Amino acid sequence: MATSATGHTGHGGRARAGWYKRNEIALTPWLFLIPGILFFAVYVIIPIFQSVWISFHEWDGLGAKEWVGTANYERLLTDDRKFDVSFWNNIRWLFLYLLAIPAGLFIALFLNQTVFGIRLYKSLFFFPFVLSQVVVGLVFSWFYLPREGLLNALLAVFGLGPVNILGDPNLATYGIIAASLWPQTAYCMILYLTGLNAVDPEQVEAARLDGAKGWKMLWYVILPQLKPATFIAFVVTIIGALRSFDLISVMTNGGPFGSTRVLSFYMFEESLSEFGFRMGYGAAIAVVLFFIMLGFIAYFLWSMWREEKGAR
Amino acid sequence: MNRTLKASVLGLAAAGLMTSSALAHEHGGALEGTLRIISDMSNPAPRAVMESLAAEFDEMHPDLTVELEIVDREAWKTQIRNALSANPPDVVNWYAANRMLPYVEAGLFMDVSELWDEPEFASLASTEGAMTIDGKQWGVPYTYYQWGVYYREDIFNELGLSEPATWEEEIANCQAIIDSGRKCYTIGTKFLWTAGGWFDYINSRTNGYDFHIALARGEIEWTDERVRQTFANWRQLIDMGAFIDDHQTYSWQEALPFILDGEATAYLMGNFAVAAMRDGGLDDSMLDFYQFPAINPDVDFAEDAPTDTFHIASGAQNVPAAKEFLRFVVSPDVQTRINGGDALGQLPVNSEASVSDDEFIQQGFEMLSNNAGGGIMQFFDRDFPAEMASVGMEGLQEFMVFPDNLDDILERLEDARQRIYE
Repeated sequence: MATSATGHTGHGGRARAGWYKRNEIALTPWLFLIPGILFFAVYVIIPIFQSVWISFHEWDGLGAKEWVGTANYERLLTDDRKFDVSFWNNIRWLFLYLLAIPAGLFIALFLNQTVFGIRLYKSLFFFPFVLSQVVVGLVFSWFYLPREGLLNALLAVFGLGPVNILGDPNLATYGIIAASLWPQTAYCMILYLTGLNAVDPEQVEAARLDGAKGWKMLWYVILPQLKPATFIAFVVTIIGALRSFDLISVMTNGGPFGSTRVLSFYMFEESLSEFGFRMGYGAAIAVVLFFIMLGFIAYFLWSMWREEKGAR
Repeated sequence: MNRTLKASVLGLAAAGLMTSSALAHEHGGALEGTLRIISDMSNPAPRAVMESLAAEFDEMHPDLTVELEIVDREAWKTQIRNALSANPPDVVNWYAANRMLPYVEAGLFMDVSELWDEPEFASLASTEGAMTIDGKQWGVPYTYYQWGVYYREDIFNELGLSEPATWEEEIANCQAIIDSGRKCYTIGTKFLWTAGGWFDYINSRTNGYDFHIALARGEIEWTDERVRQTFANWRQLIDMGAFIDDHQTYSWQEALPFILDGEATAYLMGNFAVAAMRDGGLDDSMLDFYQFPAINPDVDFAEDAPTDTFHIASGAQNVPAAKEFLRFVVSPDVQTRINGGDALGQLPVNSEASVSDDEFIQQGFEMLSNNAGGGIMQFFDRDFPAEMASVGMEGLQEFMVFPDNLDDILERLEDARQRIYE
């Protein structure tokens, strides 16, 4: 009894000195997380609240802020044509950009074979994703040039008249989306190629014995196994569509007469560009864009969570 | 050859500085430390000028290191805010008039009024107004340049045309040019401001300088009948097919080949375009200049003559050196040299500097001195407040492509005016 008591006090003394030791299991993960949390807070979480705060002000980014309440949002959502154009362009981007997923899938299926030099072909198909977006934009804007461009040379072979895709307010957005599909398809292709490596050959074998081939094989056997890859491809493509900016800036600078603006570009234009001194208004656009993105991200997170729960 | 030229140039500069060295002493002896300059003179000819200025200033002050950073001219328009607010350099390039207002109001430019009080600055009086806000001066000009119509003299001769003085002659000339299978004007409106030049001229020729400036100040409605008259005049040219096709896709540089190849015969531009056109193979027998013709005979000529400037950041670390650099830049011989035909090819701001004997600079100087009685405009994007300028120029570009949208465009601009100037 006595010995155990002294032993106890001895322990207690050491425990008081080693408070960390006692809570080690609970604390260590947080210690490891602190740098990440810190940076995430400083560069992501806090700026979100700052943006919202700024969006209630009129501010030129240099001088003093002036509180205007919801005036920025009222103007944005009631009578701002630039906002309407940008919003609908965002919708176009969202839907058409998704074409990168089936395109990437088919290229991946095509390249998923073992022939001489396949690594080289794969790298060549992946190449556009490695290129800087600025380079992609430049290459495509030369391709679209109204007189010297390759596109019009090709059209001329078929006797079709010259088109100035980037100069036509009805076509320019589609022209830019087509350009952006080039690298995005390569991205989706890589996702699917890695996914295809994980496809279970035994299941394919079994399906073949049951007489499945062609589309049926793809739809009922391969695709379900590619679900994780498809999920990631969806996420990156949708987020990519919503934050499209660089190509627009390089290829048309938002023009002709603002017809290729999207929300992110409009925000940049209002707050940070050559004539943009309207931080408050820009922040309001950013907040709207944030909520649109949040909708998608929340959906993805929720479906991911549901899946994990189902797997458990 | 190069070495001797440089030596003589240095000698000249040193001689010019003798006078101001006394002042330098007042400001705390020999300059030392580092002078950081960020410049937007990124086109080839201006870049060479800026680099030689920095190198020269560095050599003149043995204890001073000049650090020069040259930023792309278009990019600088968006970067200046960050550059001035975080880790500001000592000296930066910018533009005069309304364009410097946001930085002055935010206290990012240093008040340099005491420089302007020095006797040497009396010879800069002509530009003092453009550098003044609230009765103080916020920088110094280093160059300005005329705008006007640069045209292919050889094609005009071939077609038997002469420089037009009136709108009717202009239209007649243009018809003859179109009949010969060419376009009258090249223009690239991708970055919008080039369309602003056309509006400045047609509006000031139609309604006069005072009207134009009142419009810039937001005192006149965009739907006003007189504004519509401006657009009606402009539309005459558009309907004739005077402008090259697809101009909304080109930058001003990308529109140059049209005049170089003779597909278009004229370019309404600032004098900075001359260097590029000469590089493109046009010699003085092929290229000439005329003042934008009169439209309404009752109004005086007003001319676009934008002024480019140097400023000291309010967060400058080496103010004595920065001030000395500003004195250096505006001194008569440096002004003569950097604005010469083989350098910037523009007009010196110092009245004691000599104007280059270059054909175009002489014509521009003559025009601005004797034939711009209406007034001097700084240019659409410098006279109009920033937001109005950006909305406005977008409307102008749309008008040039779809002139039928005019009513819609003007209503939009009027909405913007009511909101912006409140």
